[in-house]
Amino acid sequence: MSAILKKFKRSKSANSIWRQPLAVVGIVIILTWTILAVFAPWIAPYDPNAQDADKFLTPSAQHWMGTDELNRDIWSRIIYGARISLPYSLLLVFLSATLGSIIGAISGYAGGKVDSFLMRVTDVFFAFPGIVLAMAVAAALGPQIRNAVIAVTIVAWPVYARLVRGLILNAKQNDYVTASALLGSSALRTMVVDLRPNLSGPVFVLASLEVGNALLLLSGLSFLGLGAQPPAAEWGSMVSMGAVNFDRWWVGLFPGLAILTAVLAFNFIGDSLRDALDPRTAKALRD
Amino acid sequence: MKEILNLKNVAVEYDRHGRKVRAVAGVDLTLNSGEILGLVGESGCGKSTLGKAIVGILRPITGEIVFDRQKVKKLTRGKRPEHFRNLQMVFQDPYGSLNPRRKIGVQIADGLIVAGMSKKLALVKAADLLEKVGLPRNAVDRFAHQFSGGQRQRISIARALAASPTAIIADEPISALDTSSQAQVANLLVNLVDEFDMGMVFISHDLSIVRRISDRVAVMYLGKIVEVGTVDQIWNNPSHPYTRALISAIPHADGTSFMPKDLPGDVPNPMSPPSGCRFHPRCPLAKAECASNEPELRKLADGRDVSCVLQTAGSQPVTITLN
Repeated sequence: MSAILKKFKRSKSANSIWRQPLAVVGIVIILTWTILAVFAPWIAPYDPNAQDADKFLTPSAQHWMGTDELNRDIWSRIIYGARISLPYSLLLVFLSATLGSIIGAISGYAGGKVDSFLMRVTDVFFAFPGIVLAMAVAAALGPQIRNAVIAVTIVAWPVYARLVRGLILNAKQNDYVTASALLGSSALRTMVVDLRPNLSGPVFVLASLEVGNALLLLSGLSFLGLGAQPPAAEWGSMVSMGAVNFDRWWVGLFPGLAILTAVLAFNFIGDSLRDALDPRTAKALRD
Repeated sequence: MKEILNLKNVAVEYDRHGRKVRAVAGVDLTLNSGEILGLVGESGCGKSTLGKAIVGILRPITGEIVFDRQKVKKLTRGKRPEHFRNLQMVFQDPYGSLNPRRKIGVQIADGLIVAGMSKKLALVKAADLLEKVGLPRNAVDRFAHQFSGGQRQRISIARALAASPTAIIADEPISALDTSSQAQVANLLVNLVDEFDMGMVFISHDLSIVRRISDRVAVMYLGKIVEVGTVDQIWNNPSHPYTRALISAIPHADGTSFMPKDLPGDVPNPMSPPSGCRFHPRCPLAKAECASNEPELRKLADGRDVSCVLQTAGSQPVTITLN
């Protein structure tokens, strides 16, 4: 990971990401959330689980975002919620990218029947709407944040498999792959040594675009009660509390906004990375 | 002279939408150490397919290819047997044959690392090899895109040399290069063949280069060898009508040139090759029997092999004139 980041820093296209205003906005938002999450105990004005206030207090100087049904300070809970949502969505993306890349690489390199089989399997996963499949898996495994992570991983890997398979199919036609086999490299070694460097860029971009989706799916599962369990402060489950208390607008709105900003920020970063690294974008060529 | 490569009745088929295309239709050929064998013919005659079959990229449907006393097997997903690592290939496209994302040094060193050398030592050896092909030692730390086509081709050659080859199949190694690089790379190949006493099959459609660097020449037409002989034999007294036509297609610089001879028609579709001699529909000297009898390769008194009814085994070649 750090090697990839270093590469981005060194390449000219990485400079251009700083010239894209949306990317800067995204990076600033994510940095802000990261700081809030890391320093939550010092920043949050109250204990996220303390039930000291009255219930359903409107936003005020004491409680910036009001309090919820169980007398808890919503702003503090949102800050602590970032400690679940951000790391878990990154973990999810890491897991699904790894799983998907391995399956895609095997599929693309092996070809033939193995390829057909693995691609039909990914088709099956693509055929379900993501949230429905994730719900089914999470429900079958039992409502727990760990199971929600497994469920979202199962939903999210096929995109990586498709991408990596395509990249491998493309790259393995090159003579250098044949040359490497003629020199005595096994297929596995060729794949790791010769083909992997062609994958890291595109997979990294797709992963950065997918962080937002992962966060949304995970919050969605928590909203439905299949993810983080009470009393844990999690944005998705906080929104669901807002949904049953619809007349108290602040209960659902603020955690919703937290999800919105984080998802939007990840998408901004992902989009800009894609533009910066896509050789077909004329702008990237000029920079 | 030691025989390093021997082909017997090698045929290669492609499957094109269920229809079989026999790109190579029974080829016999030998290659000796320290010799360059030019393999010439028009586009689509099966030269490259034959080259790929020799190193094991394609599996022949009949016949056998023997490299240094062992039968060549098709490449598998596993490691290539050590014996065959001495049989290497240089590819035509200098852009696709080097990995754009890896440094030159490690790409060359790969062949040595796979053979068990330590990475550090292999990189030193890689620099030695780069020097050998006329590039600076510090090229190990650069990437392919920092080199010109000719330089890349030399890097590809250095990579093949890393496997200390005893035979190299060079599949049109200079056709994609500009004229000055062509000469440099061709000279480099000649020097390396001399220095390491390798055998080389030099696949090309550029007859003037083949004439300059080859010891022997094999002429291919529609998947078959029509004539094999020394450069002198082929150029001074071609004994097959196709060779004759091919040689006359080279423009001569000495002013005594004759106009290139146009053969009637195009190369037939290899999906449905003509009956009898494959060349007969275009041959100005064809006889009635050529349409039904496929001529075998026959050895003439001067040592060359030719497949044409006009020539008789064991006698001196009959001079072929097209008019």
